[in-house]
Amino acid sequence: MLPLQPQDIQTHIDRLAGQDLYLHLELTTGAYASHLDSTRPSASAFITNAAVRYTNGSISGTGPYRVGLKTEQGWVYAEGLTHVDENDTERLILAGHDSQGKLIVALQLSRERF
Amino acid sequence: MNTIQAEHQRILVVFPHPDDEAFAAAGTLAMYIEGGAQVTYACLTLGEMGRNMGIPPFANRVTLPTIRKEELADSCLAIGIQDLRMLGFHDKMIEFEDQQLLDSLILKLLKELTPSLVITFYPGYSVHPDHDATGAAVTRTVGRLPAAERPLVHCVAFASNHEQMIGKADVKLDVTAFLTKKMASIRAHRSQFQAAELVGNRELTDEEIRNRFGTEQFWTYRFD
Ligand SMILES: [Zn+2]
Repeated sequence: MLPLQPQDIQTHIDRLAGQDLYLHLELTTGAYASHLDSTRPSASAFITNAAVRYTNGSISGTGPYRVGLKTEQGWVYAEGLTHVDENDTERLILAGHDSQGKLIVALQLSRERF
Repeated sequence: MNTIQAEHQRILVVFPHPDDEAFAAAGTLAMYIEGGAQVTYACLTLGEMGRNMGIPPFANRVTLPTIRKEELADSCLAIGIQDLRMLGFHDKMIEFEDQQLLDSLILKLLKELTPSLVITFYPGYSVHPDHDATGAAVTRTVGRLPAAERPLVHCVAFASNHEQMIGKADVKLDVTAFLTKKMASIRAHRSQFQAAELVGNRELTDEEIRNRFGTEQFWTYRFD
């Protein structure tokens, strides 16, 4: 994973627009959050291989970054994105990490099932 | 060889995540293995939803399962575990799995291996929902066996309230003699072990390692 460059991500988002895609979207504080600090609730959500098709999408912010994808029926949104899998040129693999390097958010798009 | 080593020759370990074995039982397992025990480790998931991705992050949601599979194999090698079974369940989802499927797989392992000792998590006192659900499946399945056929079940517990609820551990093992193997097992989980809450952001001294990792403790599960 490398710190993401927003211009590259925008190009990638544009390339995947208007196609039937699989989405992995996740936000998590981790299952140990409240065990390590009782004032922090554990909260997380993920959806794997959701079918999605967006008409247009963009990345914004100055880092960490936000991504919004406009679908025919609504929106896909993620905030806190910092890294990209630079080796994956087909799929778009984005993640956000906290100051300890732990994943807090993930947004992934692929033509094939994850 | 001390008596505790000779006590068990066939051991089944059931945990949900690669690295559970490293922190909870690596020293104990290395000790039994040195005493001649055959250990089977049934690891329910690949920990593919873990949040530690290495520092700086080298893994992601897509690559993590493959990376953790290799780490798990290396950890087992470090401990000396002879038989690793990866059962292929999805990380974080054990509590939502088909209980009959889960129980039938565990029962199959019990019948095949006839272990005298099973090591798992204490249901309800092991913090992560996967830990609790794994312990629940194991104790449920062992509990259904006729009393005479039941192996001993040693559970790991670490919820903040666990001593209040289940008392102090009745099995406490000094594993300082096996710390080299245990630390090698922990370090085999390369994407995980740098996490600050586990080993901190600096090299630990030998004394810190002894204090932190030198004792392993278990609660014998009571079925009645
Ligand atoms: Zn675990």
